[in-house]
Amino acid sequence: MTTLTPVLSDNWDRPDSFTLQAYRDGGGYEALRTALTMEPDTIVDLVKASGLRGRGGAGFPTGMKWGFLPKDNPNPRYLVVNADESEPGTCKDVPLMLANPHVLIEGVAISAYAIRSSQAFIYVRGEVLHVIRRLKQAVEEAREANLIGPDVLGSGFDLDVVVHAGAGAYICGEETALLDSLEGYRGQPRLKPPFPAVAGLYASPTVVNNVESIASVPSILRNGAEWFTSMGTEKSAGFGFFSLSGHVRRPGQYEAPLGITLRELLDMAGGIREGHRLKFWTPGGSSTPIFTDEHLDTPLDFESVGAAGSMLGTRALQIFDETTCVVRAVGRWIEFYAHESCGKCTPCREGNYWMVQVLDRLEHGEGTEADLEKLLDICDNLLGRSFCALGDGAASPVMSSIKYFRQEYIDHVTQGGCPFDHRKSTVWGGTA
Amino acid sequence: MSSTFTEEVRARLEVDAKDIIARYPRERSALLPLLHLVQAEEGYVSTAGIRFCAEQLGLTTAEVTAVATFYTMYKRRPTGEYHVGVCTNTLCAVMGGDEILSALKEHLGVGNDEATEDGRVSVEHVECNAACDFAPVVMVNWEFFDNQTPESAKRLVDDLRLGNDVRPTRGPERLCTWKEASRLLAGFSDGRAGEGTQAGEPSLQGLRLARERGWVAPRPGAAATEAAGDEGSAK
Repeated sequence: MTTLTPVLSDNWDRPDSFTLQAYRDGGGYEALRTALTMEPDTIVDLVKASGLRGRGGAGFPTGMKWGFLPKDNPNPRYLVVNADESEPGTCKDVPLMLANPHVLIEGVAISAYAIRSSQAFIYVRGEVLHVIRRLKQAVEEAREANLIGPDVLGSGFDLDVVVHAGAGAYICGEETALLDSLEGYRGQPRLKPPFPAVAGLYASPTVVNNVESIASVPSILRNGAEWFTSMGTEKSAGFGFFSLSGHVRRPGQYEAPLGITLRELLDMAGGIREGHRLKFWTPGGSSTPIFTDEHLDTPLDFESVGAAGSMLGTRALQIFDETTCVVRAVGRWIEFYAHESCGKCTPCREGNYWMVQVLDRLEHGEGTEADLEKLLDICDNLLGRSFCALGDGAASPVMSSIKYFRQEYIDHVTQGGCPFDHRKSTVWGGTA
Repeated sequence: MSSTFTEEVRARLEVDAKDIIARYPRERSALLPLLHLVQAEEGYVSTAGIRFCAEQLGLTTAEVTAVATFYTMYKRRPTGEYHVGVCTNTLCAVMGGDEILSALKEHLGVGNDEATEDGRVSVEHVECNAACDFAPVVMVNWEFFDNQTPESAKRLVDDLRLGNDVRPTRGPERLCTWKEASRLLAGFSDGRAGEGTQAGEPSLQGLRLARERGWVAPRPGAAATEAAGDEGSAK
């Protein structure tokens, strides 16, 4: 049986958890003190040894990313925290920054020291005012306590941290689009290579990491790589937030070792809402192919979810019961991708536009069976042929829903409309 | 509407602009916060606001316009003093966001992204706001109003129009205006970070369960022994 392992959320039940005092009461910033006595490269090696993989969706090994910074580049190095949490279903970084911003700031300080950067940015989406307040206050408190700023704790290490608010654009969660946005441009992805490690912010060596990745660093420093690898699986080490939403009894944040299953998580969350049963779910946000009740026992680690045909992504488990129309759900996601497509590349800009039209007529019973082939054909032109992962992500819900629920699409065609009563899937309609 | 700010406004905003530009190694990085700043002045990004940003950074107005029109949070015409965003991305839509949005549009007699005649409230459908465990979610001036229903959302906009005190679910004790919100986004604190809850109930579900059942992360150093086969371990 897998049990929960609260680490980053361990002090969230303390009403003042977001203050410096509360964080310090739990041993906060002790890891920074230790880090400053170590050689920066030793910290990079420690993070490599921990097996920590990026928590923003792609799962790239964090220590390896840090190790890619060229040693001979004379430009300043930058650390950029991706706090642009916008992937549909993903809702872990926002409560983390709201309740415990200091664990992120301590992670920023240690990580910046490890990669020899004296300038860090936290790029936070603009649509979360209170999170921005909390982050800015944490930065101020840390500065006053000499935990960031000039000559951190008398070590000679200088670190400036800027909280930068975005302005509404999902695409800025893509790391190179984020960098363009941070430079004051439209947030459009860049061609890779060069990767940000070589030419990132202001064409200088840059590390871009997700909030949860950076926030995990202090605990690794404090407890060691072996402690971290004692949780999770061999290739997916450690813990992470599993965010349950939708038709479950107790939606919320469950911090657990990677490799936990949906069956175990549903048990903890009180199961599917009363009188209903699981129909489909996303393992890691809308850009990861959907799963069904066949996948209740798939270990939620990078390898197992991949082997089962999806991606672990951000562990954003959106749960839908049998009242939910899959055509409507997918159609709405594609409207999102069409709206958020930056327009730079044709497959994504045009492909999503046309998929919205096709899905809309299918949902309203005005489509044909041939529309399914049309959708799959468009997906074939999107997947792997778009400039960035947004286009790939858009193909996921379409292809996977046709794979598992082809008949439901056809039912819309044969019945000339949607066979579902949408009121029944609402929070207030489920028991009526 | 004049296409430049008055001398008084310009003098005041130039002080703020200098402060913003000084935060960054390269000044163009200040463009997004500067656009939030001019939105804080007028409630939207006007021609005058674009011109001001361009002058501060030595850009053309076309370059600034290209950026301003890319991001959805910058409004090109006045919004309501309280801008209500209803999440209609898949999860929230399924959970009732669609019903909330149509109830609000009907109740207020406005279309999407339109304001009421008194200018108090505007309504728009928004994309996922990272609060799916609180669905259906409504945002007002980018503060969280969690677990809404059509009825609660209608009461909310009525209170906003009547000027009654309204308190976000996870946010400060009092809702700030659209212009105040924009100023915060430009990077100027309002001193209210300490107000409001640290975490909503769904954020605490896992932690509460762990406390109840005595589940903890492995103790450092004990990792190797615990992983060896103890059923209660986190492996």
